[in-house]
Amino acid sequence: MLGRWSYSGTNYPKESPNAARVDSWPPAGGPPGSNLPFLREQLLDEWGIDIAINNPLFHSAVQRHPHYTAALARAINEWQIGEWTDPEPRIKASICVPQEEGDLAAAEIDRLGDDPNFVQILLVIRGAEPLGRRRYWPIYEAAVRHNLPIGIHFGGQGGNPLTGTGWPSYYIEDHTGMAQSFQGQLTSLIFEGVFEQFPTLRVCLIEGGFAWLPTLMWRMDAAYKRLHEEVPHLKKLPSEYIRDHIWLSTQPMEEPFKPHQFTQLLRHGTLADRLIFATDYPHWDFDAPDQALPKTKLPEEFEQKLFFQNALDFYGERLLPRVRG
Amino acid sequence: MAASQVSNVALGVDDGTRFVVGTVDDIPPGSRKVILVNGREIGVFNVNGEYFAVLNRCPHQGGPLCSGRQTGFLVAPLPGEYQLSRPGEVIRCPWHGWEFDLRTGQSWCEPSKVRVRRYDVSVESGETLVAAVPGEDGPTEAETDPLAPPGLVKGPYKAETFPVSIEQQYIVVDVGGRRPS
Ligand code: FES
Repeated sequence: MLGRWSYSGTNYPKESPNAARVDSWPPAGGPPGSNLPFLREQLLDEWGIDIAINNPLFHSAVQRHPHYTAALARAINEWQIGEWTDPEPRIKASICVPQEEGDLAAAEIDRLGDDPNFVQILLVIRGAEPLGRRRYWPIYEAAVRHNLPIGIHFGGQGGNPLTGTGWPSYYIEDHTGMAQSFQGQLTSLIFEGVFEQFPTLRVCLIEGGFAWLPTLMWRMDAAYKRLHEEVPHLKKLPSEYIRDHIWLSTQPMEEPFKPHQFTQLLRHGTLADRLIFATDYPHWDFDAPDQALPKTKLPEEFEQKLFFQNALDFYGERLLPRVRG
Repeated sequence: MAASQVSNVALGVDDGTRFVVGTVDDIPPGSRKVILVNGREIGVFNVNGEYFAVLNRCPHQGGPLCSGRQTGFLVAPLPGEYQLSRPGEVIRCPWHGWEFDLRTGQSWCEPSKVRVRRYDVSVESGETLVAAVPGEDGPTEAETDPLAPPGLVKGPYKAETFPVSIEQQYIVVDVGGRRPS
């Protein structure tokens, strides 16, 4: 919803206000994910998590007023330092930016880009326009300047319907349909030439599913063979840009009808080397680290990659805990 | 509601499979109590005077099922027309909202594969209950004491005590039954 200031997001699904786990409201009050001691107990300590990355979805990205959206993003970033990354070295922050205002977003990235508390720039998947368009390039330029990757998270409103066919009626349509937005944005980033322009840019698609990636790669490559004259600025096959630049997060975990099909999926394309485990805490579709993977024999070393190595490849050394003092 | 609000340790009686979880006054209609019974967290619910008990571990991803919301089954004869049937007899897991029938443990999400462990519950007079003698396989000494905090070992000293007769109504959970198939 454009122009809203509240954190409350959607009240769906029913009986899970803030789309949060019912047990994630801190006993001390405040909304889910707002209380560090409770988050330590319920998330970090519960699963022995060494590094967690904050992705605040406070609608700072999609306000109409340019200076308000910039001020909101800046305030959230300061709050992350003061309330989360300073007192808790296991938590790393994402730079929230006024997504629709490329220059103001770049200024915020320049302000914080060398602060080791921050490990990525956070965009939301549904903005005003496809993310490959030039109005967003100052964001990518600033990202490359500071060697910061971009995380694009589920969410945002942007003014366009979720699906290409219009506004749906039910939350379940929104929840299922978001993968379409991710595919659309990825297609835009590739064909508008973002990765040709910014060859060191790394992007992680967060909470958009991942099983659709292999077929999208096939389809894009097949189309490229016939239609490449339209995009002469591309020098590689679309799937090659994906291999070089794109990471994805697990939550929501894809759950095939037969668990072994998950393994087949990993063997397609780049997924085994590109998936990063995500819990989506405190949201209702939270994945428990010890339970979320399908009960099947996974490729050797996959878990080590999923829970550590792929994230390290994507975020780089900044991810590792700083020695303090 | 916090993930672990386990209020106490249940007291074993008789053969060591039956445990007192409290008096009827402890769990009035519409309320619930999660208690450690023989090492397992079990939630005991009072739905309009009927008692139900299920394991506090969701078979989906292990969530603390008994801290979820209590509801009924939602039925819709038409899109947009809703009715609630059997209010209070359904527990929704706090994590992902899977629903379980408190009466049977049955999940209606993947009914052929998933159910939560349920236990028989009865209400019995205090006069009929005899504390279990801790034995090899029975509950540990600490578990048989409703006042013992979990994890503490009893010390060697004991003050002199006197028998008191108990006539209240107690809620008893039976963990000895076989898992329903
Ligand atoms: S853990 Fe209970 S519904 Fe997922």
